[in-house]
Amino acid sequence: MIELREVSRLFTVGGQEVRAMDRVSLDIASGEYLSIMGPSGSGKSTLLNILGLLDTPDSGTYLLQDRDVTHLNDRQLAATRSRTIGFIFQFFHLIPRLTAQQNIELPLLLAGVPQRERRERSRPLIEAFGLAERCHHRPDELSGGQRQRVAIARAVINRPAILLADEPTGNLDRHAGGEIIDLLEGLHRDGLTLVVVTHDPEIGERAARRIRVVDGRIANDSKGP
Amino acid sequence: MRPLDAIGFAVTSLGGNRVRTLLMLLAMAIGVAAVVLLTGIGNGARLYIVDQFASLGTNLVIVIPGRAETASNTPATLVGETPRDLTLDDARALARSETVRRLTPLSVGEMTIAWRGKERQIPLFGSTASLLEIHHLRLERGTFLPEEDMEIARPVCVIGAKVYRELFGQQNALGELVRLGGFRCRVIGILGSEGRSLGLDTEEMVIVPVAFAQMLLNTEGLFRILIEARDLATIDRLKAHINATIAKRHYGEEDVTIITQDSVLATFDKILQVLTLTVAAIAGISLVVAGILIMNVMLMAVAQRTAEIGLCKALGAGRLQIMALLVTEALLLSAIGGLVGLALGFAGSWLAVQFYPTLNTTPPSWAIAAAFGTALGTGFLFSLLPARRAARLDPIQALARR
Repeated sequence: MIELREVSRLFTVGGQEVRAMDRVSLDIASGEYLSIMGPSGSGKSTLLNILGLLDTPDSGTYLLQDRDVTHLNDRQLAATRSRTIGFIFQFFHLIPRLTAQQNIELPLLLAGVPQRERRERSRPLIEAFGLAERCHHRPDELSGGQRQRVAIARAVINRPAILLADEPTGNLDRHAGGEIIDLLEGLHRDGLTLVVVTHDPEIGERAARRIRVVDGRIANDSKGP
Repeated sequence: MRPLDAIGFAVTSLGGNRVRTLLMLLAMAIGVAAVVLLTGIGNGARLYIVDQFASLGTNLVIVIPGRAETASNTPATLVGETPRDLTLDDARALARSETVRRLTPLSVGEMTIAWRGKERQIPLFGSTASLLEIHHLRLERGTFLPEEDMEIARPVCVIGAKVYRELFGQQNALGELVRLGGFRCRVIGILGSEGRSLGLDTEEMVIVPVAFAQMLLNTEGLFRILIEARDLATIDRLKAHINATIAKRHYGEEDVTIITQDSVLATFDKILQVLTLTVAAIAGISLVVAGILIMNVMLMAVAQRTAEIGLCKALGAGRLQIMALLVTEALLLSAIGGLVGLALGFAGSWLAVQFYPTLNTTPPSWAIAAAFGTALGTGFLFSLLPARRAARLDPIQALARR
């Protein structure tokens, strides 16, 4: 599903070159559940951005579903993101003026899906994620957990192959965070490839495969319980 | 994204900040209303003036002493004199053509009129009986100048309504002797108070036989000769007749300028059209200002909505789509602002008609189209920069904003 070969990403900070990713090679199989952990500034977010096609490597190769996506242009990157990848963010990133349902349907709206089909596809997700009562409320009327559920529904409405979650519980209390991880694991059990970046070792340890990133390199890659 | 969805999305984002949206709408609306109203008033003024001219009859030909194209080069024009005067003999000679229906010479000057100790300055017109019909004057009381030879300097006068009121009040004026310059003169008629004709206030004028006026003003020369052609088709032949007659009488010189009502009308029409356009262009500047306001506010909006734009990019929107979203917002604003402006402009035109019923202030259709088009155009143009900025936002940095 995902193959990174010797991928590097450099940033210039204060006139100095910083290697946020240093010749990283990584294979992720379809349907895998992977957590990425590491200290702040270790490069785990850069890795996630490159996996999510929000950023492009300075060197190396990235194959996504056997297709070289290293040098795609802006339009191709956008189209691939839209079809293949779902994003979940720490701060939810819901549009405040839209209702929960409209937020969930946003990727379909951007993809030009007609309203009737949008409704047909969002309805089951709203039911499944326990948002039926709240779907006409705006984000500021929802709890943190509900907001993140809206964000997850939005991430999966386009039926992506991969779900990338950046600190999905970082802004939630323990209880709500647990619920969100349960939800994500449920989606993984349904066949979705799940990549979670987290600071929280307890959440990180729940993944079947755990990667530890230090100084832009994969320091540890372990599988199994 | 489908066009209708893009409009819907733009509506939600415009509704998200109502004060900002209202301010932008107001700016656009005022700009469009200004263009519509000012062109309407300009056009109304043009129609009014053109109408005034047309009411004099379009087959009027005016003969003025001196040639327009040479006049500015001769030293004589510096002191206000023309090479050769038009005389009553010229007028008489010009009248001898079947292309002429009516002809009247006109002599003009400033004079003092006095009656029983009251006196005032008046514009004095020396003419003949034909002036009444050529100039479409209306007589209130008495008779107009007698039908007789233009050489007879009969001391009679026809006075304007205002001159009558100021000198005589409510008293009878007909048959009274007034003093014009150094001569006594009998009042035989009073003009109606129809106001202005050809830029002259008929209420203030005093008309006397042309030969009498020449005596009073101590001049042989005429101010001009007014000729009414038999019909529109004979105007060209009439002009040829005028040129030939004048050349014969003035030793081969065609030293007169012939103005037809048509050409005066066309010139006025042109001048007023340019004025209307100028006023419209000035009003158009306010539309550009509105466009700049839209640009500033949209730049602000892009800054405020950075995370949203980053999110849309992460969810699969390309640069063009982001640009299209923002341009749609600006176009929507311009369109609504433009429609509100048109409504305001029409309301203003209607109000202007209530105060000045003679003015037809209906804005011309080109002005409506131009105002609305400029509103959309400026909206589009000035949204490109913010839209481009938004499209170029790095989604990672954009999403880093909360």
